[in-house]
Amino acid sequence: MALFRKKQMAKDESYYLASQWTLMWRKLKRHTLAKISLAILLVLYLGALFADFIAPYGLEEFSSVYKDTGPTKVYFTDENGKLCRPYVYKLEKFNNRETWTVEIRENTEEKYYLDFLVEGQEYKFLGLIPSNLHLYGLVNEAGEADRSARINILGADSAGRCIFSRVLFGSQISLTIPFVSAAISFVLGILLGGISGYFGGFLDTAIQRVIEVISAIPSIPLWLALSAAIPPDIPVSTMYLYITVILSFIGWTGLARVVRGKFISLRNEDFVMAAKLAGVSDFKIIVKHMVPGFLSYLIVNLTLGIPGSILGETSMSYLGLGMKSPATSWGVLLKETEDLVTVAQCPWKMIPLIFVIVTVLAFNFLGDGMRDAADPYK
Amino acid sequence: MLKYIKKRLLLFIPTIIIISIVIFFIIQLPPGDYVSSYVAALAAEGETFTPEEIAAMRADYGLDDPWYIQYFNWVKGIVTEGDFGYSFEYGRSVWSVIMDRLYLTLAVSFVILIFQYAVSLPIGIYCANHQYSAGDYIWSFIGFLGTATPNFLLAILMMYWIYMATGEVYLGLFSHDMLQNGLRMEYLPEFLFRCLIPLIVIGTSGTCGIIRTVRAQMLDEQVRQYTLTARAKGCSEKTIIYKYCLRSALNPVVSGMSGSLRTIFSGSTVSAIVMNLQIQGPVLLQALKTQDMYLAGTIVMIQAILVVVGTLLSDIALAWLDPRIRFSERG
Repeated sequence: MALFRKKQMAKDESYYLASQWTLMWRKLKRHTLAKISLAILLVLYLGALFADFIAPYGLEEFSSVYKDTGPTKVYFTDENGKLCRPYVYKLEKFNNRETWTVEIRENTEEKYYLDFLVEGQEYKFLGLIPSNLHLYGLVNEAGEADRSARINILGADSAGRCIFSRVLFGSQISLTIPFVSAAISFVLGILLGGISGYFGGFLDTAIQRVIEVISAIPSIPLWLALSAAIPPDIPVSTMYLYITVILSFIGWTGLARVVRGKFISLRNEDFVMAAKLAGVSDFKIIVKHMVPGFLSYLIVNLTLGIPGSILGETSMSYLGLGMKSPATSWGVLLKETEDLVTVAQCPWKMIPLIFVIVTVLAFNFLGDGMRDAADPYK
Repeated sequence: MLKYIKKRLLLFIPTIIIISIVIFFIIQLPPGDYVSSYVAALAAEGETFTPEEIAAMRADYGLDDPWYIQYFNWVKGIVTEGDFGYSFEYGRSVWSVIMDRLYLTLAVSFVILIFQYAVSLPIGIYCANHQYSAGDYIWSFIGFLGTATPNFLLAILMMYWIYMATGEVYLGLFSHDMLQNGLRMEYLPEFLFRCLIPLIVIGTSGTCGIIRTVRAQMLDEQVRQYTLTARAKGCSEKTIIYKYCLRSALNPVVSGMSGSLRTIFSGSTVSAIVMNLQIQGPVLLQALKTQDMYLAGTIVMIQAILVVVGTLLSDIALAWLDPRIRFSERG
């Protein structure tokens, strides 16, 4: 009994002594969906980080034979139906003498075996260590890496490039741009919304008008004008930065409104008055005393804002305003599926959509879980 | 209340002026102008112009002036003569180009707006009242899926499914027969069916957002003290939900109304391109790309003004709905 009570007390104590963040984390761990989402996102981000290694082919590596071909068939049984080492056949062009068309068919004479850690295109691991090993690839009968046959587990695009590799490389952009742009809108939103709500008066009116103007202009002309203003001949990485900034310039207004509302309601609280009387500077009151009061809310808002940017990027690329091939992002990949014919004939080109949906859902569920965790009354 | 409306109306005019300046500036921002994109397009077909010809074209349209002078001339035309400028691309006045599609655009946008609220409010209330039931999960799942799918892909997928099911491709709002024989009552069912696709495609993203907001708000309100009091006093559940909870839960929904109007305008552009709808969006995109600036400027202005009017109306509705806002403005 005494032991039990002691344990109980220790539990209570750890509850009362835990910081706000520890409490949030504990509640989040109980939220199953949020936990699963967090794990999925972790996998996706690791995929983006190690894209060079996991992807069997480089960003621009193509094979014209494999143009518009579906996922490569992997065989697990040999001719006699016995289980064996997984292998694939090479695709080759062949003239059909009856129909006078060029067809693609499997060459069943040679087998190419699936293997791990296969040599392929050179890259720099994490941008530092030069390497040419890829997680998986094909080897010939002699056990040497062979690039003439290809394994496209998710099929190939209209240029004969491996869609899975491109999804991975695309995630390097699609998963980071929204993060950076959400972070920029976050800072702008807190800063301008904070100034507006804390000081009020003329500044408030001015900032509110700016928000009203920005949020009244439909986003397509804004995107178009701003992205047309980007010089076309700049490197991909710079282009990427510009797109980030464009997305964040549009995204901050919603957050600023919320922050302003929070500031107005907190402005008259006793603890703010006390800090003011104690001679604390305005900046310090905002950063040290007021923002922590609703920081958890803001983090949730940030999490929920990211899926919006991911979708925004896809629309932008679809309209041809975002990234352009051969550079890739999920939007660029989805641009391939722009008509009915493609969807009917090459349904595997829709696979990047699954990645988009899963990511957006994961961020949404994580955000929901965090909202519940941040709510002290639940 | 009247004073509040008057104050908001007074702020309306400077906002519109600022928006028009910003829009004009933004449209001017990309390098080049209509003449340069026109020359480039014709050069691709093998026709060439001398620099003198190009300069003469520019001078004709006043494209050499700085942007603020062009802006001033444009606004002067609108205010004094109701002339919104000249569309280079179509070779006629901007207003006549816009009138081609204005009614359909407005009709489509407002029908979608009404559809969004008509569908999402009852579902949101249902989900809140039956929290964690099968219906709640199903609707939440559909809602999440709808927000997570990019509009244009949803459009393609829906057209594909309909094609697989019926063997017909539904592109645009009018079929060949309708365009040939004019509008007759017998085409009404088909027309409505054709409307349904853009309605669902453009409407879903917004609908899901509203469902989630309403659900969360209603759940928040139901644990409040006043709900408990009302229940203790023996009010019927109906009264509690519709008279008390819903009223305060509507606040963010109403204030988000102008935002959803803006989303509809943007969302419909992308979907309209996929589905070949005869609305303003694709015209706007084309005009922006070819730098047909007066046409682009006027369309964007109309959309922006509608959004500002929407904000105004939703603010007034909010003040009517929520006495706290009304009284704080009065004091």
